[in-house]
Amino acid sequence: MMRTATFPVGGLYPVHHKHAAHRRAIRNAILPAVSIVPLRQSHGPDAELCVAPGDRVGEGTRIGRAVGDLCAHVHSPIPGLVREIRPVTLPDGVISTAAVIDLAGSFDRLGKVLARHEWKTLRPGTLLRLIEDAGVVGMSGVSQPTHAAIDATAAASCRWLIVNGAESEPYVCADHRLMVEHPAEIFEGLQIVERLLAPDRVAVGIGADKRDAMRRMRAHDNDGRRRDYVRLSVKYPQGDERQLIRAVTGLEVPSDGHAIDVGCVTISAATLYAIWEAVVTRKPLYERVVTVAGRGVARPGNIKVRIGTPIGGLLAECGGVTDPVARIVIGGPLRGYATTDLTTPVLKYTTAVLVLTAAEVNAAPIVGCIRCGRCAEACPMGLDPAQLYKLVAHGRSGDAVDYGLFDCTECGGCGYVCPSRIPLVDGLRNGKANR
Amino acid sequence: MSANPPQFHDRATTGRMMWAIALSLLPAAGWGVYRYGTPALFIIMVAVGAAVISEGVIGLIRRRPTLRDGSAVLVGLLIGMAMPPWVGLHVPATAAIFAMLVVKWSFGGLGGNWMNAAAGGLVFAFYSWNRQMIGPGVDGESSATVLATVRGALETASGPVGGPVGLLRAVGYPVSSVDASVTDWLNARVLTVVGANLPGGYVDLFLGYVDGAIGEGAVALLLIGTIALVATRVIRWEIPAAYFASYAIVTRVFGGLVFGDGYMAGDVLFHTLSGGVVFAMFYLAPDLSSAPTNRTGMLVYGAGAGALTFLFRFYGAYPGSGAFAVLVMNTVVPLLNRGLRPRRFGTRRRRDPGGRVRAIAGAGRKP
Repeated sequence: MMRTATFPVGGLYPVHHKHAAHRRAIRNAILPAVSIVPLRQSHGPDAELCVAPGDRVGEGTRIGRAVGDLCAHVHSPIPGLVREIRPVTLPDGVISTAAVIDLAGSFDRLGKVLARHEWKTLRPGTLLRLIEDAGVVGMSGVSQPTHAAIDATAAASCRWLIVNGAESEPYVCADHRLMVEHPAEIFEGLQIVERLLAPDRVAVGIGADKRDAMRRMRAHDNDGRRRDYVRLSVKYPQGDERQLIRAVTGLEVPSDGHAIDVGCVTISAATLYAIWEAVVTRKPLYERVVTVAGRGVARPGNIKVRIGTPIGGLLAECGGVTDPVARIVIGGPLRGYATTDLTTPVLKYTTAVLVLTAAEVNAAPIVGCIRCGRCAEACPMGLDPAQLYKLVAHGRSGDAVDYGLFDCTECGGCGYVCPSRIPLVDGLRNGKANR
Repeated sequence: MSANPPQFHDRATTGRMMWAIALSLLPAAGWGVYRYGTPALFIIMVAVGAAVISEGVIGLIRRRPTLRDGSAVLVGLLIGMAMPPWVGLHVPATAAIFAMLVVKWSFGGLGGNWMNAAAGGLVFAFYSWNRQMIGPGVDGESSATVLATVRGALETASGPVGGPVGLLRAVGYPVSSVDASVTDWLNARVLTVVGANLPGGYVDLFLGYVDGAIGEGAVALLLIGTIALVATRVIRWEIPAAYFASYAIVTRVFGGLVFGDGYMAGDVLFHTLSGGVVFAMFYLAPDLSSAPTNRTGMLVYGAGAGALTFLFRFYGAYPGSGAFAVLVMNTVVPLLNRGLRPRRFGTRRRRDPGGRVRAIAGAGRKP
């Protein structure tokens, strides 16, 4: 039988809350009347604006041109008129320029069966350019432009290609549904990436709570190539790159290095799907599947939604908000950000919109550290978060760096388990910013 | 409220954990009150009351009340339960006040204290009222703790004594009817399978039918409470487990010496079930604030406390060996926290001193 792989140090089993949405088929969202498209859609700088107010744009018209390797092109998700260009605050507090587009005109792609283009005869450079032109970025967390992550430099060092289907954040099950409903497309996306990277070994890691996804993905693996299908523990943060690589290959990414330093490239199921769309249907990345869940939502589910849709519209689509709401969260509950602004748009890397009630949040007053050691037990990087927090609070960030401050991946596990509700992630971030 | 992650939390809070520990102690405390009557109830109430008042006064002075976190009640309860039922009420009161004001708050309150507050208060009482803590009066006639009885019998005994249980039998220490029937049943139905035979007296120790501190006797109830705490992840299993393992091994090897039985003849069962060892093992040593924060540290800390408990119990002049062992181990916790921290992820020693694995991984492989 298949073994369940995981990482050795730390980790936690938060309440998973996935039952509400993970068995329901993906629904299509109604098109937004207004779309707010930030030019910053990856963890890099803003893309360069290439439309002006009053311009008419089509579905998939490029409106932002990438600058450098940390940035991806941005496309209009709907046909319409550019109403204005204004700054918006993204969920993590960063301010980005955004194009506000009013829906108008006709659709080029919506409702049509898109032609399938043959890709097997194309050269790697052409494939890469198709992915770059479509503005594909990592869609499940760390949002690096994909064309830069799988380029020739990566191919030169790539021994392992690992598909990330762990999705260990509670509530979130968008990738799960994609794997269940579109395994053929994801598989073809994987073949495209294999072509680009020529890895020695390919592994598909899927969370142990997603047996149907594992079954469907294996059923579509039909080209005779050897691939390892690995069942991953439901322990959080199994979906983080370092923990994923450790579980699948046994390799540890060095503290001061990157995945490619140990010959690994990881790519999520949702990103593979976007690559398939970019290469086979030549469709730019302007929509994605978002999990809408939490006890405050009337009809939770996974929704295929256009980038730039305000989250208020998305929530209205799910029957609106019912119970008294404690928090609206963009992203997973451990890494995501709370917001009160319902006009915040869905981004390329928005995995979920959660409406949490007080019973789910379990908020409590912040009290002193009792040194119970729960944070150190949970830390997947082997750090002592409470100690780092105290060092930073006492102005000794330099010592905190010696104790591994920069190893912290901000997975949020320490903050989840802390019985004193100390804002450990905040504190460690401050330490990194002000060292 | 911060917008930063994480956005949701585990149900456990500091207050809930403290109250849960206190709650898990109540059955054993109730047994003590049932067995010893109103004096025991008064002692526990005075200890809890003194701790709560101390905490309340501090809260008033700091203008930040902390009574709701439950730690004052817990410390008071621990101190009251570790008192023998015959002490004067000034003993639990002083011990609780010392624990709260000196041990806990002079280092900044809950989580600031490097020393286990309850154990500190108890050791203060053991050293200040040594005689009262083991027997009721100077004459020491009627009741005394079972350990004091063993110690007394050992001083007057001559020739082979047959270990602690043999001594107790020799001085005519009573065995309850419950013990007799349970021991008979065990010997007839269970232990015959392995060919063992349990002498009388142990079941009394396990169920709490011997004289001693109010809440330390009912080992069975303390065990149930601790299992519940470990199962609900309020405390970790490492400290009690390491404590027991080390105490059992050392007692087995050296515990027979004082009874003239030589090496490898210690009576582990008796020395675990009698006195305050289980109480220290389950409730003093795993105290969240004063124990180490990493797993290896917890194992070393538990093992050290177990070995020291043996030392103080067999060769010390004072009662309360478990509490004292915990205090001694508290002093090395900073060292354990620093020296035994787990390896950080991604800091494995590399095989090639030349640097990154990349050099090996990609070398001339691709066409």
